[in-house]
Amino acid sequence: MLKISLENLGKLFDAVAEKQTLYIPTDREDGASEYKKYESGMKLSKNLNTLRSAKDFFFPQTENLADFKMEGKKIEVIDVRKESEDFVVFGVRACDARSFTILDKVFLCEPVDSYYKNRRDHGTVVTMACTKPTETCFCGTFGIDPTAPEGDAACWSDGENLFIQANNEKGQAFIDSVSSLLEDGDTAKLDEVKAKTKEILGKLPLANLSTESFGGDKLMEHFNSEKWAELSESCLGCGTCTFVCPTCQCYDIKDFDTGHGIKRFRCWDSCMYSDFTKMAHGNIRNSQLERFRQRFMHKLVYFPSNNNGEFGCVGCGRCLSKCPISMNIVKVMKALEVK
Amino acid sequence: MQEAIISKAKQLLADGTVNRVIGWKKGEFAYDITPAIFESAEEIDAEFVYDDFTSANVSKYLVKESKKEGKILAFLKPCDTYSLNQLTKEHRVNRDNIYVVGIPSDGKLDAEKIKAKGITGIIGVERNGDTLKINTIYGEETMPVSEAMSNKCLSCKSKKHVTYDELIGEDGEVIESDRFDMVEKLENMTSQERYDFWKNELSKCIRCNACRNVCPACTCENCVFDNPDSGIQNKAASDSFEENMFHIIRAFHVAGRCTDCGECSRVCPQNIPLHLLNRKFIKDINSLYGEYQAGEDTTSRAPLNDYTQDDCEASIVHERGVE
Repeated sequence: MLKISLENLGKLFDAVAEKQTLYIPTDREDGASEYKKYESGMKLSKNLNTLRSAKDFFFPQTENLADFKMEGKKIEVIDVRKESEDFVVFGVRACDARSFTILDKVFLCEPVDSYYKNRRDHGTVVTMACTKPTETCFCGTFGIDPTAPEGDAACWSDGENLFIQANNEKGQAFIDSVSSLLEDGDTAKLDEVKAKTKEILGKLPLANLSTESFGGDKLMEHFNSEKWAELSESCLGCGTCTFVCPTCQCYDIKDFDTGHGIKRFRCWDSCMYSDFTKMAHGNIRNSQLERFRQRFMHKLVYFPSNNNGEFGCVGCGRCLSKCPISMNIVKVMKALEVK
Repeated sequence: MQEAIISKAKQLLADGTVNRVIGWKKGEFAYDITPAIFESAEEIDAEFVYDDFTSANVSKYLVKESKKEGKILAFLKPCDTYSLNQLTKEHRVNRDNIYVVGIPSDGKLDAEKIKAKGITGIIGVERNGDTLKINTIYGEETMPVSEAMSNKCLSCKSKKHVTYDELIGEDGEVIESDRFDMVEKLENMTSQERYDFWKNELSKCIRCNACRNVCPACTCENCVFDNPDSGIQNKAASDSFEENMFHIIRAFHVAGRCTDCGECSRVCPQNIPLHLLNRKFIKDINSLYGEYQAGEDTTSRAPLNDYTQDDCEASIVHERGVE
């Protein structure tokens, strides 16, 4: 497999950044990591994952969709999209890589969301295999192998070298663009690292979490469960879980009156918010119980029902560590599990 | 301590003093504790927990709970009692429907701080004196307790319960804290440095509203930021610092009412030190109107709601604004 010594990783980043905008996860002063536009000398984070997910690259928290200018009775609609440039996101974990497949199912089905598609077309995703999964990880529950991540190209580290392999043409083009820095390498040590990681994955506290009780055909038994009241009783109704989630895809579109025109923008919405899906007649989910239930039913029942059994969660564990009251999808699954 | 609390809860349920108990419930790991309501001794035996990670302040839940039928038992740490008192003062809770058992706290831990040390795969945490023993899937780790202590506890202002019906253990005292040190540091910065500090912090905001929703002083039934008819409702986090004035507006709104419970910073997923905005107001109120601690009592007039002839003049704003 092709490899580059970890010492020379900076050279690889420099070479990529020379041709395209490159984003890598890097550490902030408070120890958390986030994706940043690469500048020479920037260090790749050693953290397992970024605080916010990678979905922003394709589905940003806010974006302007169109401008409207009015002169008398004439309305001019201005497409505010600028020509997108190609970019590379490096170091995406297997869970986040799978989240793109989930978002694709939402935004690329008919009618195609051209804003999202534009970014997907221009972006190359280079993933990074995990070596040190943590207690909040449960990607295995959703059939994700963090030692063999998806993405256009995938990378592995054995502690000394970074190995890289293409998963498709886009990934191959990425590798070709830096091929002068790569050499053939022996994967014996890497195979050991992978085997060790797999052993740890089996020992994770959530290794046995099962989706067996969930899916598109489990609608009524879960919807009417008495457990929702207890599960949701201390929910604060904040949007943390939905905003750190790599697969939450609900958004709101609003018109902002600038005084001399309208800016139509889209921003993430959260089913936890009291005005979520508020319509002309009012709100269809008036209690926090209903809004809370919506989030988990969406991921565990509605989404698989509409997408050939695929669940709307990738087990990244962000909601497990970030929910202010530590209520999360794992606790919901365990409570609703049919034994 | 957990044992004493559990037996007190069961006793008060059994003798009919209360019909519900609000406390904390165990999670999957050592640290993921959820505030919860218990209605029976069986539920309490199975899931009730009071340990190093039960930092959530349950006072705000009493706004809703105290309006329900029957009396609810609330176990409150010293800092939590200030929040309840303030809510009582503002007529947000029905104090008659709450039975408060004051419980001591020797400081709560913050799992994020343990993780920030690079300790990962946490399955158990044990406090042995000043040392924390952390059991992980990668083996055992240790660290000083002080380095894992939650920020709000590091600058603890009081071990005293300002309201209770009953206490477990001895009551403590109001204590000297260094809670204004960082505020002073900020005050001593140039306005540009201070601006840069807050711009850096507030630009991390993702507008999840966790700070507002957890805040015991934020009890409006419909916040202007949630009301589509208010004209300023917005769930979009914008890149501009202007947008993040949200936090400054919120700090103004709770000024004089914030008890400095520290929940806003504890829950912030982006680790923004929001409590510093509130502490600045507390410090200013202390220096302009005399020492005042919100939540200390339920009857005194709050400095910002009161008028006295020797109140400072409005011109103080200009005087203090001069660098």
